[in-house]
Amino acid sequence: MAWFKKEKSKITKKVKVPEGLWVKCNSCKEIIYRKEVDKNLKVCPKCNYHFRISARERMSLLADSGTFVEIGQNLTSTDPLDFKDQITYKERLKESEKKTNIKEAATAGHALIGNRPVMLIVLDFSFMGGSMGSVVGEKFVMAAEKAAEDFIPLISVTSSGGARMHEGIVSLMQMAKTSASVSRLKETGLPYISILTDPTFGGVSASFAMLGDIIIAEPKSLIGFAGPRVIEQTIKQQLPENFQTAEFLLQHGMIDMIVNRKDLKDTVIKLLSLTTGGNKSPQSEHE
Amino acid sequence: MHYYLDFERPVAELEDKIEELRRLADGRDMNITTEIKKLEKKARDLRADIFSKITPWQRTLIARHPERPYTLDYIDLLMQDFVELHGDRRFSDDPAIVAGFARLGDMPVAVIGHQKGRSTKERIERNFGQPHPEGYRKALRIMKLAERLGKPIITLIDTPGAYPGIGAEERGQAEAIATNLQDMFTLKTPIISVVIGEGGSGGALALSVADRIIMLEHAVYSVISPEGCAAILWNKNGSTVGRKEYENASDALKITAQDLYGLGIIDEIIPEPLGGAHRNQKETAASLAEALKRHLADLIDKPDDILLEERYIKFRLIGELEEAP
Ligand SMILES: [Zn+2]
Repeated sequence: MAWFKKEKSKITKKVKVPEGLWVKCNSCKEIIYRKEVDKNLKVCPKCNYHFRISARERMSLLADSGTFVEIGQNLTSTDPLDFKDQITYKERLKESEKKTNIKEAATAGHALIGNRPVMLIVLDFSFMGGSMGSVVGEKFVMAAEKAAEDFIPLISVTSSGGARMHEGIVSLMQMAKTSASVSRLKETGLPYISILTDPTFGGVSASFAMLGDIIIAEPKSLIGFAGPRVIEQTIKQQLPENFQTAEFLLQHGMIDMIVNRKDLKDTVIKLLSLTTGGNKSPQSEHE
Repeated sequence: MHYYLDFERPVAELEDKIEELRRLADGRDMNITTEIKKLEKKARDLRADIFSKITPWQRTLIARHPERPYTLDYIDLLMQDFVELHGDRRFSDDPAIVAGFARLGDMPVAVIGHQKGRSTKERIERNFGQPHPEGYRKALRIMKLAERLGKPIITLIDTPGAYPGIGAEERGQAEAIATNLQDMFTLKTPIISVVIGEGGSGGALALSVADRIIMLEHAVYSVISPEGCAAILWNKNGSTVGRKEYENASDALKITAQDLYGLGIIDEIIPEPLGGAHRNQKETAASLAEALKRHLADLIDKPDDILLEERYIKFRLIGELEEAP
């Protein structure tokens, strides 16, 4: 279920491209001047591929400036399995923290979007492939429960290979736990908006990510249950073109819309204005 | 003829010899009969010895044993008047999941489980117990019906995982699993899940959001197969992975019933006869029936709101974390 890209071996020698000056597009494979990509909200100017961005960048893209208040920021996994492959899971967590400067793959908190309060949770693919273990699961549930308690919408932005196998069955159970919190939130009459970005797979797509009342995806994001390589190995056939892209999911009725990054915040604000304040809200009962 | 796993070879040889002696003796030659008795004890002791040192990978192989009882076998052994219901009312009927109603003792229940095939033809028909989205949707349809009719739900888990294929993705495998997880938390009727063989990841979980989770002694339940995990984590230099890596991965992943009980994920382990459930299906089914009735008796009179709250809390508390300084 977990769908990880194999980590590149650190000793691989590569032709030295000037450090960070150029960047290769995952989709059209063009080498592009990094500044040009950054200026364009990290969207490829040649083919409109939406580069993966950090949780921090995503927050600043969506939340009104200075409004984000984080919850659960110090939560860390206690390594329930005492897991070790080449290195221990604890070491791997430390490495990831050092590399990404965040403590876990999820960042969650309260924010204003277009001056409307929401609970927001964002996954960061650069931290262990955005995989869901105890901490990601807990932060999602904390956000969903807080949303229900404060009667404000929930928004999630996913980028994840799936469940974190280093936490074994405990990570699998996070799928049930997060889905439980969505089922409770939905009893309240609040909208849950799920934004799928590249990539969203496995235990994350097969739990809270696909449970959005409204599901938005960024263009060309890869989204699915099983990873494309696993499917190819199973069926021993080439996969159709566009398979598991956002466009493919839209065509098959699995998502509501594809939205360009530059229009994402405005779209969310419009949706919030249309889906909140209905006659299910606690205030309306007093009117 | 029994099917033996590699690590059971020494027992297989002994049991072959016993068979041969039996044929020779034809029940008359007293010397040979005594010899058979001696060998039978030796075989039993040897099996007990092998099974006392069984590794998680070996348990995985027993969980996948081709003679292991499957969902329909247990339904047959445990229940009466089974009526199978078919189809998700949207696309098709998935033979990798069976669902219906039956009587457990006096009590009508909904029973749903993954189904593997026994013959080559049936294995292919059942897709090796790997469901498509319509299997999960059929399961949910029957679970919602059970709720409406006030019948408890029993699910039997035995799948390598949800099927990774083109059609499965086109029709929303992720959404189907997710919706089951979500909606099973709202069902106002008791749910008991039993992992009878392989609990393969999300494909297993999608039928096992339950008030009680039980595992058979040699069943396994994991986020990823030992082979999948080994290929990702123990294959750094492009080397091929084999039994040693599968052993490593199944140790590391903590996938056995004993591990899961230790982690507080499951509620009970049902002992299996020496050698595995397939060595005595009736005995296994009888132990399972006793456990199911006991848990049902405990759950059946719970008020709906308490039942749902306890189910929520059961999963809400799963997670191992701390507040770092
Ligand atoms: Zn491009």
